[in-house]
Amino acid sequence: MLSDWSWLDTWIVVTAALAAMSCALPGTWLLLRRQSLLGDAISHSVLPGIVLAYLLIDQLEHAGVVTRETALLIRHPCLFAGAAVTGVLSGWLSELLSRIGRLDAGAALGVVYTSMFAAGLLLIRLAADRAHIDPGCVLYGNLETIVTDTWGTTGIPRAAIMNGALLLLNLLLLLMFFKELTVSVFDPAMAVSIGIPADRVQQALLACTGATVVASFESVGSILVIAMLVVPPACAVLLTERLSRVCWYAAVIAAASALGGHLAALIVPELTRRVFNWPELGDATTAGMMAIAAGCLFLLAWICSPHDGLIRQYRDRWRLQRRIVEEDLLGILYRRGSLLHEVSFAADLGQLMKQPPRKLQPVLDRLCRAGALNLQGGGYTLTAIGMRQAESLVRSHRLWESYLAEHFELSDRQLHNSAEQFEHFLNPQLRETLAEELRQPQQDPHGATIPPANPPASQS
Amino acid sequence: MSVVPPVSSTAAVPAEMSSPPVESPAGELPLKVHDLTVAYHRQPVLWNLDCQVSSGSLVAIVGPNGAGKSTFLKAILDLVPRAAGEVEFFGRPYREVRQRVAYVPQRASVDWDFPVTAADVVAMGLYGKLGWFRPVTRQARRQALDALERVGLAEFAQRQIRQLSGGQQQRVFLARALVQEADLYLMDEPFAGVDAATERTIVQLLQTLRAVGKTGMVVHHDLQTVREYFSHVLLLNTRVIAAGPVETVFTEENLRRTYQGRLSLLDQVGHQLTLAERMPRS
Repeated sequence: MLSDWSWLDTWIVVTAALAAMSCALPGTWLLLRRQSLLGDAISHSVLPGIVLAYLLIDQLEHAGVVTRETALLIRHPCLFAGAAVTGVLSGWLSELLSRIGRLDAGAALGVVYTSMFAAGLLLIRLAADRAHIDPGCVLYGNLETIVTDTWGTTGIPRAAIMNGALLLLNLLLLLMFFKELTVSVFDPAMAVSIGIPADRVQQALLACTGATVVASFESVGSILVIAMLVVPPACAVLLTERLSRVCWYAAVIAAASALGGHLAALIVPELTRRVFNWPELGDATTAGMMAIAAGCLFLLAWICSPHDGLIRQYRDRWRLQRRIVEEDLLGILYRRGSLLHEVSFAADLGQLMKQPPRKLQPVLDRLCRAGALNLQGGGYTLTAIGMRQAESLVRSHRLWESYLAEHFELSDRQLHNSAEQFEHFLNPQLRETLAEELRQPQQDPHGATIPPANPPASQS
Repeated sequence: MSVVPPVSSTAAVPAEMSSPPVESPAGELPLKVHDLTVAYHRQPVLWNLDCQVSSGSLVAIVGPNGAGKSTFLKAILDLVPRAAGEVEFFGRPYREVRQRVAYVPQRASVDWDFPVTAADVVAMGLYGKLGWFRPVTRQARRQALDALERVGLAEFAQRQIRQLSGGQQQRVFLARALVQEADLYLMDEPFAGVDAATERTIVQLLQTLRAVGKTGMVVHHDLQTVREYFSHVLLLNTRVIAAGPVETVFTEENLRRTYQGRLSLLDQVGHQLTLAERMPRS
């Protein structure tokens, strides 16, 4: 477990983090274009190119045209070239399909990339005995073995250098073209009208995505590439509403999934063996665990998101309900007070609100603390502050009833029920617009007096 | 504004009108379109369109759905390919005078969930002037805030754009066009689905711009307000039906011809031709 952490583990995490971060940056823009799965399409459609390039070098080496050292040296550039050729070819093919066949762009892409991926897998199967390409590797990568393939005597894995270079390139391009990318993705038509070639900027973005995908492919596999293109940016947009921060957050989350993924890969198999006595699980790959870690981070972001999160939603709903109960209480006290001029007891209020007094008690306490209610001899009366709030509410209620009565044929009960809801949502401005439109009425349809408007300062 | 009626539309009343050019030297019309034709999948969307807009006019582009109003704006700005025709802005091709033209696309054409603030969107109007590789300057931000203030959205500058109402979003777009400090403003349905306050703001701004010699072309749907808001009108239904000052051109007769769905004889022949071309050759 963690006690035998070695430099190998460090390199696995670093390589994975670099790959994940380099994917997260272009992934952010694909997400903002609402085309996240374009990365998926690219990563699949380049497979035949990669396999062909791999086989070609293998053949050349076997035939003795190139030495083993040269083969190692030219392998990456060749894989890139193969991927680039098939990437461009698929892009061109899907465009051709959508234009000539009048297919929807998404459908054309789907047709092309699945066919390309199938062709790639077929090539792998056909060449399985001649080259050591494992379909599993293509899907899940082989992070654990790739870190032992180091660059010369430096001890740095080739893959880490490769992914690092791509990350650096993406960062540099992002910093240089942030403005152009933003406007090209947000409003391409306007971008073109001010002289920024939006389609070329977007093509460059796709080219970058392609290069990044190919570079990360070998270390983390095609499935994880998709996960890292989509999930960290998806978390980031939940956490912030500032574009520049979305990019940085996505990169940090990607790195965190790499670390989390490797830790999980080390800990989880051991844990399942000990806890569930379940030896079959054997070991887990870091790449697979990274996808799970990213998924967990997304879940966390979804729950805690400051603007859309589950917690925020529940809190908002709960606060709204509390406000409605508070306002209803003030309204009842106002209406009773104007009739009886006496204190109200929690039990009576509970009956009127159709709620048990025990549930009402915290609300009453809160209103007392806010200075809206006075506690006298076990009963409650409105203070001046409470009176003003209640007047605003009752004014909303009766104005809304008047408005409805003027425009629709409704029974008193229908009028009242609608007003019971709308009274909580009329802001001072809307309220006064209503009053103006009704020519400042003094009485509602039932003949009750509409309280006068408060001076604006006291309505907050 | 003057319009050469297309040769083929036999029923078109020749509308030869022009308002005195303001500020701009003669021969430098903000917009001059000759024989513009646009087609999607061989189906013509705009045919032989000719029009000239003189400085200081506010032109409403009016026509039924599918008349090619938005396409007209996009085609003159090189956003969609033209099958034929010449377009000149201020006597030059568009790419030479970009800075003098501001385009406001339809509000629904962009994703308002995009993680940017109102001020960020307005600053985009300055990206062209700032140039490549340059960050958004402090002065640009200042200008963006000023523009937001002009459209009454100063307090919403740091709001994420999703949190704005439809009318406010439209005003953000307007502010973005304002910072471009253009001489010609092309707007695609700025009044669609906006509140009364926004409509007033837009109209007042257009009048202010006109008062200082700027020109505006606005795709407009509300026939009730054309007379009140605009000085000129371009009635469009695949072809130019009529164009010129609202007093003379915005007539019931012209509107009827714009909105009636009936095709002229030539249109029908053209339609048959396109159909025949698409038939499989046996």
